[in-house]
Amino acid sequence: MSDLKNFREEIRDWLESNCPPEMRQPVKDEDDVCWGGRNFQFKSEAQKTWMERCAAKGYTVPDWPNAYGGAGMSAAEAKIWREECARIGARPPLSSFGIWMLGPALLKFGTEEQKIHYLGQIARGEIRWCQGYSEPGSGSDLVSLQTFGEDKGDHWVVNGQKIWTSYADKADWIFCLVRTDKTNKYQGISFLLFDMASPGVSTKPILLISGNSPFCETFFDNVTVPKEQIVGELNRGWDVAKYLLGHEREMISSTGGGDRAASLGSAVSRAAALEDPVLRAELALFDVDALAFTAMSEKFMDEVKVGKGHPAQPNMMKYAGTELNKRRLELVMAAGGSAALEWESEASNGGSSARNWLRTKANSIEGGTSEVMLNVVAKRILDLPGA
Amino acid sequence: MPLYHTEDQTMLADTARQFMADEGAIAKQLRHWRDTGCKDGFGHTLWKQLAELGFTGIMVSEDDGGLGMGHVEAGIVMEEIGRNLTPSPFLTSAIAAATALGASSHELKGRYLPGLLSGDSVFAVAIDEGRKHRPERIATQAVRSGNGFRLDGAKTFVIHGASADMLVVAARTAGSDDDADGITLFAVPRDTVGLSQDAVRLVDSSIASHIKLEGVQLDADAVIGEVDGGREVLNRVLNAARVGAAAESVGVAAGAFDMTATYLRQRKQFGKLIGEFQSLQHRAAHLYSEIEIARAATFKAQQLLDGGSEKADLMVSVAKAKAGKAAGLAVREGVQMHGGIGMTDEYDIGLYMKRDRALAEFMGDQYYHAQRVAQLSGY
Ligand SMILES: Cc1cc2nc3c(=O)[nH]c(=O)nc-3n(C[C@H](O)[C@H](O)[C@H](O)COP(=O)(O)OP(=O)(O)OC[C@H]3O[C@@H](n4cnc5c(N)ncnc54)[C@H](O)[C@@H]3O)c2cc1C
Repeated sequence: MSDLKNFREEIRDWLESNCPPEMRQPVKDEDDVCWGGRNFQFKSEAQKTWMERCAAKGYTVPDWPNAYGGAGMSAAEAKIWREECARIGARPPLSSFGIWMLGPALLKFGTEEQKIHYLGQIARGEIRWCQGYSEPGSGSDLVSLQTFGEDKGDHWVVNGQKIWTSYADKADWIFCLVRTDKTNKYQGISFLLFDMASPGVSTKPILLISGNSPFCETFFDNVTVPKEQIVGELNRGWDVAKYLLGHEREMISSTGGGDRAASLGSAVSRAAALEDPVLRAELALFDVDALAFTAMSEKFMDEVKVGKGHPAQPNMMKYAGTELNKRRLELVMAAGGSAALEWESEASNGGSSARNWLRTKANSIEGGTSEVMLNVVAKRILDLPGA
Repeated sequence: MPLYHTEDQTMLADTARQFMADEGAIAKQLRHWRDTGCKDGFGHTLWKQLAELGFTGIMVSEDDGGLGMGHVEAGIVMEEIGRNLTPSPFLTSAIAAATALGASSHELKGRYLPGLLSGDSVFAVAIDEGRKHRPERIATQAVRSGNGFRLDGAKTFVIHGASADMLVVAARTAGSDDDADGITLFAVPRDTVGLSQDAVRLVDSSIASHIKLEGVQLDADAVIGEVDGGREVLNRVLNAARVGAAAESVGVAAGAFDMTATYLRQRKQFGKLIGEFQSLQHRAAHLYSEIEIARAATFKAQQLLDGGSEKADLMVSVAKAKAGKAAGLAVREGVQMHGGIGMTDEYDIGLYMKRDRALAEFMGDQYYHAQRVAQLSGY
């Protein structure tokens, strides 16, 4: 226990002297996030310094082993790290699909060389990844995917199309589900990694209702992928894909207020909250749910770290967290009134309320829809028949 | 503190679960006492058995002969009580009154704790005065008289009041009805002259009293804690009772949910198990999620209380509101998904609905506690 106490002191001191003041301000929007990558333009010197200092200590991925760029923290230590960061409002030094999704999958399924190579790049913010799962005809029913990799001895030649590929135009590499056996539905998919700069890869941005364009159609036209760039076994990519989805859902659930201990009622316009008793009541009822979910997130994380809890629990978390976040932004808009409608003005920070509100609608679609999450909970946790 | 049970707590949970499932089962307790018209609404034998397990002294300090455990452990027992709808004075005696006695004089402890530890005594708390829980307002008067106090006023919704050997009564010794200060807690023996009870059966078959205090004369040593400074102890009692009730609600929700999920896996219509219908699957999955969240919130509140955290007040209200909400949903969905059989007295699901309604009111419903969350959050 006293070891942990010392550890907390140590972290606190380190954060105090290393986290720049600007990095203790909340992230404004997706553009304000430190994503890393070959072509990443840091928004500020502080953002760069903060990422580099953390990377040097392994703090970008605190609970990964040292050998793979992490700090090797235990579950209890990683919790302390998160608590101390939250205490001073420190931003995550680096956010990426590599950290949230590919990393955990590589830790479980990757070879030693793959771990050292790819995990290190992720931890240092050198390579930015995107996720090539969904296709025009394969969304919720992902396993029906058609993108095909033809075996050419020491490599595959990949042809096909992905869609809704977030940040495909900004990412350096893709982790991609590719059919390698047309005769076997589940056991005919492989999990491949390749460079988005490979000849034959092209992307076309899609405009979202939020006015941003963070995702793309992605086309593969005779893309060569060397055989060593497969994760897990040939035709067993579905296992890797599902495992990764668990982590993705875990991550998305926490955008739903998991890390936000502050009450919404005290964050929105006080006047709006106090003048309208019905709105105030809605805020209060929301805060009950949000604070309760914060406890759930903490419990869930605690359990994950020691392997307790149901393996399908991330599906429940994703469902609850994203539905909550949508409700949050509905209330932010209501409390904001006409000011929250402004789309471009400086006063509205480029319409951040309205854009965030619209963006949250995707929370319950991306990474598996709420309906699909409920299907999974019904089947895997509640053991209900059929489904 | 991680939010999962330690090994000791897991063992306690196993013991409590097994014991309540066997001895506290609906047929053996709730239905039995209801159908025989028992005036207490619970069984004294079971209360004794709980004492033998040490549970009645779970929150009593080791120095005073108890187990010296906290809200997390008491909550473990409460959840099993809720799951089996076991009628028992555990919440009012071993949690609420025990918390008050923990803050009382050596003398009062010596007078009351042995009976609690042995399972011979039952206690109640008399706080509410109106039909909605509003402990901010206390009108019952206690004025100095003789070598003690004279109490006049009325209390309501005093669960187990008629069975209790002693009632913890919150009264006003100074100030006006809505003042925070000026409250004093008293340990009042049930048979004190001037204390009269009208015991009524509630929808869930528990027995609650309307109490009149008319010139009730008490010695000064009946005071729990400080004269005029009782608000602090009262808040501790309220927190304890609220988080205990929240844990019971989680148990009620889980019990109703288990029954319902089992039914979904058994009942056939249209040539299919009804659990194959996606509309029911989604509602069941949503309900599962609500119950999990309510349990986490309750656990967090228990931990914060045990750790003496200043955030405990807020989280206790979150827990009471959330657990009430989840349990309400669980019993409503439970009855609906059972169809006609869910409306029959013979079937247990309706008993869950009744218990949930009473628990929701006890120590403040979700609206009271949401309101308190807003206030504590500064809006
Ligand atoms: C902002 C955003 C970012 C994304 N980023 C990525 C990314 O980086 N990489 C990637 O690969 N994909 C990404 N996606 C795609 C996402 O995973 C899919 O949109 C999602 O899986 C749903 O598929 P779909 O859009 O084809 O909808 P559909 O599957 O066609 O669903 C339509 C509706 O039908 C419902 N439905 C479908 N099946 C069932 C069922 N069995 N039971 C009940 N209801 C059902 C759905 O819930 C939904 O309401 C992103 C999506 C969004 C919105």
